[in-house]
Amino acid sequence: MIVRNVRILGGEPVDIRIEDGVIAEIAPEIAGEPGIDGGGAIVLPGLVDLHTHLREPGREDAETVQTGTQSAARGGYTAVHAMANTSPVADTAGVVEQVWRLGREFAHCDVQPVGAVTVGLEGRQLAELGAMADSAARVRVFSDDGRCVDDAVLMRRALEYVKAFDGVIAQHAQEPRLTGGAQMNEGVVSGRLGLTGWPAVAEEAIIARDCLLAAHVGSRLHVCHVSTAGSVEILRWAKSKGWNITAEVTPHHLLLTDDLVEDSPVGAYNPIYKVNPPLRTRADVEALRAALADGTIDIVATDHAPHPVEDKETEWSAAAMGMVGLETALSVVQEAMVDTGLLDWAGVADRMSIVPARIGRLSGHGQPIEVGVPANLTLYDPSVRTEVDPSAFASKSRNTPYEGMTLPGRVVATFLRGKPTVLEGKLV
Amino acid sequence: MNRHLISAGDLSRDDALLILDTAEELARVSERSIKKLPTLRGRTVVNLFFEDSTRTRISFEAAAKRLSADVINFSAKGSSVSKGESLKDTALTLEAMGADAVVIRHGASGAPHRLANWVHGSVVNAGDGTHEHPTQALLDAFSMRRRLGALDGRTVTIVGDVLHSRVARSNVLLLATLGADVTLVAPPTLLPVAVDTWPCAVSYDLDAVLPKSDVVMMLRVQKERMNAAYFPSEREYSRRYGLDRDRFAKMPDEAIVMHPGPMNRGMEIAAEVADSPRSTIVEQVANGVTIRMAVLYLLLGGETA
Repeated sequence: MIVRNVRILGGEPVDIRIEDGVIAEIAPEIAGEPGIDGGGAIVLPGLVDLHTHLREPGREDAETVQTGTQSAARGGYTAVHAMANTSPVADTAGVVEQVWRLGREFAHCDVQPVGAVTVGLEGRQLAELGAMADSAARVRVFSDDGRCVDDAVLMRRALEYVKAFDGVIAQHAQEPRLTGGAQMNEGVVSGRLGLTGWPAVAEEAIIARDCLLAAHVGSRLHVCHVSTAGSVEILRWAKSKGWNITAEVTPHHLLLTDDLVEDSPVGAYNPIYKVNPPLRTRADVEALRAALADGTIDIVATDHAPHPVEDKETEWSAAAMGMVGLETALSVVQEAMVDTGLLDWAGVADRMSIVPARIGRLSGHGQPIEVGVPANLTLYDPSVRTEVDPSAFASKSRNTPYEGMTLPGRVVATFLRGKPTVLEGKLV
Repeated sequence: MNRHLISAGDLSRDDALLILDTAEELARVSERSIKKLPTLRGRTVVNLFFEDSTRTRISFEAAAKRLSADVINFSAKGSSVSKGESLKDTALTLEAMGADAVVIRHGASGAPHRLANWVHGSVVNAGDGTHEHPTQALLDAFSMRRRLGALDGRTVTIVGDVLHSRVARSNVLLLATLGADVTLVAPPTLLPVAVDTWPCAVSYDLDAVLPKSDVVMMLRVQKERMNAAYFPSEREYSRRYGLDRDRFAKMPDEAIVMHPGPMNRGMEIAAEVADSPRSTIVEQVANGVTIRMAVLYLLLGGETA
C-alpha cells in the first residue's frame, strides 16, 4: 500500500510505501498503485496515550474496550494505556489479561493495561505487581489513578519493587486530607460559588514528596495530570537534579480554566467542567504550556474519562469527575501549543507518541517515521477549523467540555501496523 | 429584573431598591385585618425543599398564600427524591404540573442554576449549599432600612463562619450594591482564601470593628465545624468572636444586632443581646414574609407596583 502526498512532521510532501505492516520506502514520488491520497496532510507517528479510562470491565454503560479504542483511533491514537480503576479493579494478572485480549480482538488500537498499585485501589496492600508484569499483558505502568497512594511507606515500597521489571509508578498526586469533599480549584471562583476548594498544595505536596522518595530509592516516577504552576516548579527542580521523573499534562488543563464553572455558554455550575484534578487558573495554564514546551512536562495524556449523561446532568456536587478527550486531544494541542508557536509538529510527535511510548516501555510505537519501523501512523490536516460535535464521537459517552467550540485540525487517517483504522476521518 | 432570583449579585441597584420599596408597600397591606391580595390568583408556586428548613419554607408559603397563589410543598424526605430520583427528573415533573415559580432549597451549591436549565418558570433560590440565600439578604437589608434609613455609607459588620455561609455571600453582594460598607470578621480558618477579592473589608479583630459598626450581623456556627479544626473549642470561639454583653456595650448607641437564625445562644450571641430592643431578630422573621411577597410579586406579577 502507498500513502501519497503526505508531509512527515510537516516537512516536504512525500509518498510512503507500507509492506507487511512496516514502512518499506519513503520517497518524493513512488511509482505503482494509486494508493491513498493524503492530500498534503501531516504525518505523525501513531499517537500513544498513557492515561485512558476504557471502563471495561464494570462500566460498559460509559465505555467499552471496543468503543474506547474506536474513539482512540478517531483521535489518531495507535496505542492506549487502560487505567486500572475498573470493576473489578485491574489488580490481578487475570483482569489485565482480559482487557489486553479485548484490545487485541477489536484491533482498533493496541491496548496496554495499567495495573493497580494496591489491592482494590485501597492504598493498604501492594497488588501482585510482578504477576501483572509477567502476564501476557506485560504490565509496566502501575497506577491507583483516581486515588493517590498517599501512604509514604507504601509509595516507597512500590517505587522500589517495580525496579525488578523496569516498571514505573504513575501517581495521581492528591493529598486526601487536604481535598476532603473538594469540588473545584480553591481560589477566587470557588470562594464566590461556595464550592469546597481543591487547593493546589494538595497536588504539589505529594509531587514534592514523591520526587524525593523516587530519588532516595533510585526509581522511576511518573506524575499524572499535572495541573498547577507550583507543580511545574517542583518538577523543574527535581529534574534539574537528574532524577528519573516524568510527567504528563492533559489537553483540558492546557486550554480550560476554572472560571468556566461560573461563566460559560452552558451555564454556571455545569458539571461538564468537573474533573480531577480540577481546572485551574489562567496562570496555571500558561505555566503548563511553557513546561510542556521546554520539556519539564514530558507528555500529553488525555485522561479520557467517559461518563453517562445521567452522571453529568445533575447538581455539581453529585456529578462524576472527568471528561472524554481522545477525539479532541490533537486539536486541543494544536490550539494550545502549535498555533501559539510553542511547539512544532516534531515536538507534538515527541510529546504525544515517542515519549509516552518510551515511558510505557511499548515496543513498536513511538518510533521515528523511517524505513523499517512498524507503520503506526496518524495523518492530520491542521488547516481546517470545525465545531466540536459530540454526536459524531465514537466514544459511548459525550461528556466533552468542547461541545460547540471551534477547534483546529482533523485526523484524516490512522494506520495500525499498516492497516487503516480510520480513513477520511471515519472508522474503517 | 431577571426571570429568576438565584444570586443577590444578579440584582442591579434599581432592582434591589424596587424589591425593597415594593416590600414597604406590601408591609402596609399586612397591617390590615385582611392580609390577602388577589395578585397571583391562579398561579402555582412550588416549594421544593431538599433540606429541612421549616422556617424558610413556611415564610415562602405564607408569602405566596397572601398573594393568593396556589402553593405545592415538595420536600425531599419521603418523596421520589429519597428513592433516588434526580434533580432533573424532579424538575421535569414540576414542569409538567405547570409550576409558575419554583422556590428551591438544596444542599448543593449551584442547584438552583441547574434547575433553571430544566424549568420554564421562575426559580427562586431559598438557599443553596454554601453559596447564596438572596431573599435572606433582601430581608436583612429591608430590616436595616426600616431601622436606620438608606444604607448608603452605613457600616455593616458580619461575624462568623463566612466560608460556609450562604447568608454572608448574599449579604456582601447586596449590601455592596446598596452602597453600604461591609466588614467581615472571622477566624482566618473560616474565611475563603480569596476573600480579598470580595467587595468588602476583612478583619480578625471583632473588638476593633464594633465601635464603628451601625449593624452587627452574627452568623450561626454549625455544629459540624466544631470538630474539624476550624477553631480549638466552642469556648475559645465564643470568647474571641461571640457577641457578649461587654462587646455589645462597645457598639454605638443606635447600632443594631442581627442574626439570620437559628441562634446558638451563649455561643455566637449572648441571650440578653439577642433579646435586647436593639436586636432585630424577631422583626427579621416578619420581614421575611414581606420581602418574599415582594419577590414573588415582581417575578410573577408582571407589572410594577
